[in-house]
Amino acid sequence: MQPFEYTSPKTKEQVPALLGNSWGEVEILAGGTDLLSLMKDYVTTPRRLVNIKGIQDLHAVNFNPDGSVRIGALKTLAELAETPELQKSHPMLAHAVGDAASPQIRNQATLGGNLCQRPRCWYFRTGYGLLAKDKDGKSLVPNGDNRYHAILGNEGPAYFVSPSTVAPVLIAYQAKVRILGPQGIRELPLEKFFLVPRAEQEREHDLQPNEVVIEVVVPPARQVHAAAYEVRQKEAFDWPYATAAVALTMNGNTVSNARVVLGHVAPIPWLSPEAAQALTGKPLTPATADQAAQAAVAKAKSMGRNAQKIQLARVAVKRAILKAGGVA
Amino acid sequence: MADNERDYSWPAPEKRSLIGKRLNRVDGPLKAAGKAKYTYDVHPPGMLFGKGVRSPYAHAKVASIDTSAAEKMPGVKAIHIIQGPGSEIQWAGDYVVEVAAVDEPTARDAVRAIKVEYQPLPHFLDDFTEPKNLPEDNGPLSPRDIFNMLDDDDPESTKRAVSAIQQRGIKFQVTPQLVERMKSNEVPEEVIKALQSAPMKEEQKTDSPYQKEAETVKGDPDAAFKQAEVISEGVYGCPVITHCCMESHGSIAEWTDDNHLMVHISTQNISASAPQYFQALSIPAGNVHIHQDHIGGGFGSKFGVDRWDIAAANASKKAGGKPVRHMLERDAELEMAGSRPSFYGRVKVGAKKDGTLVAWESHTWGTGGPGSAGAPQVPYVVNVPAIRRQYVNVRTHTGPARAWRAPSHPQACLITMGALEDLAAKLQMDPVDFLLKNIELTGTRANVYSEELKIASELMGWKQKWRPRGQNGSGPVKRGLGVSIHTWGGRGHSSDCALTLHPDSSVDIKMGTQDLGTGTRTAILMVAADSLGIPMEQIQLNIGDNQYPPSGPSGGSTTIGGVSASTRRASVDALHALFEKIAPALGAQPGDLEAANGKIQVKGNPAKSMSWKNACARLGAQPIQVVGKNPGPGNLIDSGVGGAMMADVSVDTETGIVKMNKMVCVQDCGLVISMKTAESQCYGAMIMGIASTLYEEKIMDPQTGRMVNPTMDFYRLAGIGDVGDLVVHMMTGKGYDERGPIGLGEPPTVSPMASISNAVANAIGVRVPFMPITPDRVLAALNQGANHAAV
Repeated sequence: MQPFEYTSPKTKEQVPALLGNSWGEVEILAGGTDLLSLMKDYVTTPRRLVNIKGIQDLHAVNFNPDGSVRIGALKTLAELAETPELQKSHPMLAHAVGDAASPQIRNQATLGGNLCQRPRCWYFRTGYGLLAKDKDGKSLVPNGDNRYHAILGNEGPAYFVSPSTVAPVLIAYQAKVRILGPQGIRELPLEKFFLVPRAEQEREHDLQPNEVVIEVVVPPARQVHAAAYEVRQKEAFDWPYATAAVALTMNGNTVSNARVVLGHVAPIPWLSPEAAQALTGKPLTPATADQAAQAAVAKAKSMGRNAQKIQLARVAVKRAILKAGGVA
Repeated sequence: MADNERDYSWPAPEKRSLIGKRLNRVDGPLKAAGKAKYTYDVHPPGMLFGKGVRSPYAHAKVASIDTSAAEKMPGVKAIHIIQGPGSEIQWAGDYVVEVAAVDEPTARDAVRAIKVEYQPLPHFLDDFTEPKNLPEDNGPLSPRDIFNMLDDDDPESTKRAVSAIQQRGIKFQVTPQLVERMKSNEVPEEVIKALQSAPMKEEQKTDSPYQKEAETVKGDPDAAFKQAEVISEGVYGCPVITHCCMESHGSIAEWTDDNHLMVHISTQNISASAPQYFQALSIPAGNVHIHQDHIGGGFGSKFGVDRWDIAAANASKKAGGKPVRHMLERDAELEMAGSRPSFYGRVKVGAKKDGTLVAWESHTWGTGGPGSAGAPQVPYVVNVPAIRRQYVNVRTHTGPARAWRAPSHPQACLITMGALEDLAAKLQMDPVDFLLKNIELTGTRANVYSEELKIASELMGWKQKWRPRGQNGSGPVKRGLGVSIHTWGGRGHSSDCALTLHPDSSVDIKMGTQDLGTGTRTAILMVAADSLGIPMEQIQLNIGDNQYPPSGPSGGSTTIGGVSASTRRASVDALHALFEKIAPALGAQPGDLEAANGKIQVKGNPAKSMSWKNACARLGAQPIQVVGKNPGPGNLIDSGVGGAMMADVSVDTETGIVKMNKMVCVQDCGLVISMKTAESQCYGAMIMGIASTLYEEKIMDPQTGRMVNPTMDFYRLAGIGDVGDLVVHMMTGKGYDERGPIGLGEPPTVSPMASISNAVANAIGVRVPFMPITPDRVLAALNQGANHAAV
């Protein structure tokens, strides 16, 4: 492991100055469940770690009277899952954080870290880079074993899938992420936070190298019918083939507004306006759910070994919609 | 009384105080509390960390090695070249250079500082595609080729074999041992004579990855297929999987002086590890001290002293004898430290309308990496009257194969039971009835299988739950049942048990065996305590060290028979010596005494007794020391068991996801010594089998030649939530107990793939041909089935 400098700021304002100006020089350490293994495998070789766990105000969770909630980036998944108010205000989120990974990881992993975790692409993890290229610069994914890779947004050069199962849920709830940089705090919708990298030195999100995620704000959801569905083989601690998170506003049995977000299908959490449009103004039935699910994957493309993911994503969307609407 | 007349036989049921009881394992509390020391936990003072440079290529020549930068790094204490320039690498991840350094990060950095240039060579990884363009069938023969050619029921097969031997020659030495083995396997005299005068020929080098074995023909398969009224054809198979031991392979080697090596090693083979160091380092085996207290899994992959173990010993020597630890990291463990061979087959099987099996034909293939894959024999257990089978070994650069619980059996069972289930479905028969209809074809254990299938059916509720294919629910989730039967040998290995009765009434046992986590310690103590009539706590058991009398490797389910028999004989001999000492004091003959409940008493007259303590006190200064042996006098063990397994699954036909509802394992292993640890073997086997059926696959990337999933993220094992309800029933009592203990580690691992995949076929109405049964394969099978239906 390359020797590195270790810093442990006590206030969030100290953080931007400790971070570097290019990716890879400095890494933020929170729960460490992802970073440590990346470092041990020499996938990431930072010269400095900035441990932010000692920053007290990033551990807070605040429920506002309007029903919104502000969650500090350092809140662990386990703490969140066990927060009774969250189970009431945003049950889909409470369930998602309680269902991620394993108890050991949930006790350690933070919400901010969950959003910033690196892809699980097996070429990336074994040293071929984020864009998974061989020595001659040719991507290994299209002709390789891509059974877990992207079916949407897979025009390249990125073919990995966004690994967070929590992000699609937050995006369905229209969550915003608050980011601290040298110029202060900025806020953006979470779906805008995730970006598809175009070059090896880019990352999978809109952060600048000297910025840090400090908070997630989730709007009120009392009137929202929300549910997520994960297609995964194992009961626990397994990366899903596809997930879907759905938030519906209903007018009687008619869908007046819908957000449909797919996970593990694209290099970013995949917001599907097509699926939302297919639902909006329609009564919620198995048939409309199926049409929306079809719409969600209409543009999906197999790369050879991952054709099944198109079907699995479709089923995830359909089942999430039916679950959200209380039909199934 | 001479030794060979002494009664060593197992106590009658009413006399057993411990044998067969359901007791907790003796080392359970230690393990649960984290106090049990595994090799991984050994950290002698001054220990260095060994790491290796590993080849990124699956097939390459080492061109040059430059260690200069690493040598200058502070903290690097030894660098040892394992495979120098010119060496040919046959699998990705193989070790080239060993480094030992003061801590793990330094060792890893030093590994990266070593520059190795490779000359990459083309790699071949594809074991899945059915072999085509096979090389001509005219090379010299192997012993297995000859066995394949012979058919007891066909005298012409002898003539054909003799003529083939004369024409093609052979590629092996006809040693007296081989002749002996052939005679005991009833190889005809003419064939042995032909072998003894056959020309020895070198096998011709070929570029083909395929090695065709001689075809086996039994009976007249062509005629038999003509008589068949229903024929089923299908493809089946399972990929290479890895052992994935929770404790990885490795050791800590320390030269305690110039001529003595101390090794802590994670091994299934305590007593025979030292000679392997002799082969590599020319150190006398007697100077190598091997020790292991606990092991975190072996499953057949830890018999040998490995390349990295020898490298650690070499590095220790270069570092002035300091202990060097080389335990594999997870990726190395998965890439190199154990692969179960793949096995694929195209099968045709025919029966009469009433279900009577008449003919079998199979073309099978598989890879064991650079060597042999072991050629699983099909049909398995059910000996169809007319057979034609052909096997092709596929040589690949996917990494070396190692024995995996019941080598070749799970693969052979999958293909056989899969083909039979498909045939039963075509016959519109319940597969249990179909197996029972043909049960005589299983040979000597037909009654065992019949009895087990009956019990398993009751435990599963088979008659109530089983439905024909296509009738398993109207919603997207279909439920199905599957069945399979299996066998194994499991005769106890050689074992010496040194037992000492001390005048202070304590007892100690020393054996160079190992407890693989199977409960060997518990079983030895149960046998000894039951035999001596004293509590288990009164016996000090020492195992896991090669300074104790030798026992065989724990493989092939040979341990329980070996250690139980040697311990029983030692206990009986020790007691007899004690009886001789104290018989006069009880006014009896030694032969009239028995040991029970902590006393020595006159048989039939418990009033005339002496406490164990007082009896031992009469030994004076001299303890009783005996060595019980297996093999030895008396018929204490046997070989050959039968088992039946049933699975109940739910399959989501929209996602292709399979969930286990229930599994039933009914297993025979002769006399059960330790009921709870025996049952644990069955539970573990089912859990392991569920993983290999639903999740496990060593996935090789065709471009890089490397395994893409050498991590626990994507090399997936079953969790507790994935296994469903597991039910175990051990066969005991008359017909079983009198055979003595027979090994159990292998047999229950054989049927999970077969029974679960049969349950999936029953649930969804079509066969998912290849393991693991992942969503893509289920969905593809359903699509294909739908297409067939449409046609």
